[in-house]
Amino acid sequence: MNINWFQKQPKGSDEVSLTMNISADLQSLFTWNTKQVFIFVAAEYETRKNSLNQVSLWDAIIPAKERAKFWIRSSNKYRFVDHGKNLRGKEFNLTLHWHVMPKTGKMFADKIVMSGYSLPEEYI
Amino acid sequence: MGWIGDTVDSIKSIQIRQLLTQVVSLGMIVTSALIIWKGLMCVTGSESPVVVVLSGSMEPGFKRGDILFLHMSKDPIRAGEIVVFNIDGREIPIVHRVIKVHERQDTGEVDVLTKGDNNYGDDRLLYAQGQQYLQRHHIMGRAVGFLPYVGWVTIIMTEKPIIKYILIGALGLLVITSKD
Repeated sequence: MNINWFQKQPKGSDEVSLTMNISADLQSLFTWNTKQVFIFVAAEYETRKNSLNQVSLWDAIIPAKERAKFWIRSSNKYRFVDHGKNLRGKEFNLTLHWHVMPKTGKMFADKIVMSGYSLPEEYI
Repeated sequence: MGWIGDTVDSIKSIQIRQLLTQVVSLGMIVTSALIIWKGLMCVTGSESPVVVVLSGSMEPGFKRGDILFLHMSKDPIRAGEIVVFNIDGREIPIVHRVIKVHERQDTGEVDVLTKGDNNYGDDRLLYAQGQQYLQRHHIMGRAVGFLPYVGWVTIIMTEKPIIKYILIGALGLLVITSKD
């Protein structure tokens, strides 16, 4: 699974717009009891005031095993807005989370973390 | 016509002791149900360990009439979790997913933003006037498991109370006329 980003334009009170390429193969999550898998990509970062910030950037619902292997290129569905003006030069992780929602019974979720992303020092 | 006469006869022929036995049995059933409910509240750490899904805002994952099992632990609230929360001024709890988390360094308190999977926008429109985020005390529990369709019984009984009365009436009649 990999995610890249391309362009970003922070404006006003620190907002970022970015484009992601996501390719993933989640077919192994589907069992007879799986109704759908909800996946989302979140940016995680730390600021002086907040020990953890998680901002969901994009999500999708995978309704069946056939659609669980995909490649998509998209800009962020939800606005990446900070709780302040802390994003210049900020390092962040991108996490891909998946939630398996069953036809009946217990739900479970997991994620992978990709670290090492960072935002430019100056606004673009 | 015959059985109406029989039913009336059987009601008339009940002795006080038999009636009292029936009432006590009914009481035992109700009390057991209450114990199970309170026990569930203890085990899951949530005020309301089971909720019925009332709207379509989480489709296709949860549909109206599904039942959700809740659990509340001291673990911090994180993005992606499905939480049940109350808004001041609204009586019905809402079940949506957390999409943003801001956790304070100093106090460890969190500000949380939620959104229904099937809704276009986030829940800010649902929150109280001027409220931008939810805090931990708004949240009743996390959804951990689910049963489809079973919640329809509760929905029907709430929206068409006549059915509730019919059911209770029938149950009462059954208890009275059974010759245990």
